[in-house]
Amino acid sequence: MPFELGRPLGVPNDAAFQNRVITAALDLFEAPSGPRLIDHTEDAPPVEGPAALVCPVSFSQPVSDESNVAQLSAKFKEEIALMRPWYDRSTEERKRTTVGVSGMEPEAIGSFVVQFLDDDIPSTQEDNNFGALFKLAVEDLKAFYYESATARPGQMDADSETLSQWYWRETVAGKVLVAVHRTHRDSEDETLRRVVNRNLVPRAHASLLS
Amino acid sequence: MVRLSQLPEASRTSLLNLECPVFDGRPWVEGPSVAQRRVAIISTAGLHRRGDRLFSVGTGSVPGEYRIIPRDTDANDLVMSHISTNYDRSGFQKDWNVVFPLDRLNELAQQGVIGSVADFHYSFMGATDPQLMETAARNLASLLREDNVTAALLVPV
Repeated sequence: MPFELGRPLGVPNDAAFQNRVITAALDLFEAPSGPRLIDHTEDAPPVEGPAALVCPVSFSQPVSDESNVAQLSAKFKEEIALMRPWYDRSTEERKRTTVGVSGMEPEAIGSFVVQFLDDDIPSTQEDNNFGALFKLAVEDLKAFYYESATARPGQMDADSETLSQWYWRETVAGKVLVAVHRTHRDSEDETLRRVVNRNLVPRAHASLLS
Repeated sequence: MVRLSQLPEASRTSLLNLECPVFDGRPWVEGPSVAQRRVAIISTAGLHRRGDRLFSVGTGSVPGEYRIIPRDTDANDLVMSHISTNYDRSGFQKDWNVVFPLDRLNELAQQGVIGSVADFHYSFMGATDPQLMETAARNLASLLREDNVTAALLVPV
């Protein structure tokens, strides 16, 4: 299947396309001999969405010093608060959200994540599995932003590349996560170190870490 | 699977450097026609229901663990906690069928294209050495057989 990673059936909200993928796979059962390895030749059609996103949040005073933890934290929490109405609209429209693996509400996720801007590991985690919880919170955070951004008129069909560029290059959340990487890339906690080095910033945006 | 040419160079290099497994034989079994088969989805997207136990991560991770997704699971009750950050999730956010095509299977069963849809479906956490997953895979194969499943739709992410 020649589809981008994360979309094994090819195209969301296109039942006919998805059915062609499934039936092509099931047809392999009718082969007289095997095993068979067959290439699926139908590509996903190009997405006709916006080339760039209009951020739901526009700060009159953007983050001027990304090493200023207090300023970065404040702008991050403000961004989440201003994003929230679009997230609520998204869940209302779609009757569904993928946010929730961490068990925290978006505002709580923001408060949790900014703790990792400090060198000290958050002391509120009693199960010592804060690295794993951090990973779940980060994925919830990204889902919250994506679902919020695509709730805006004209942005529902934004492709994954446009969303990714926006999230990692234009939001305060992206700046916070890059700062967390800088803070904890040499952490003594193995799980946290592994998460921030391998499972935080996508390879496509690795240049942000240099 | 995306074309290598469409991946960032680091991801492309990582995949090209993966060691390919070697198999002793080429197993092949015949079965009923597709219209008579009972189909189950096997995903590697780290899917689970909201109330399920989370997949283990980091030093305490267990290779080959999977979660059971009953056929009557609601789309809003299925979430994804895959460890990788290198693949798109916006498709899943828009439509769960692009990762977990349960609605499509139910429609195909109603149309008589497939025999029936299994009562239970399964999701592993991908990005795991397949050899470490063999015990779990064999265990799951037995469960599928007990559920009279005759077709597994393997959906990698």
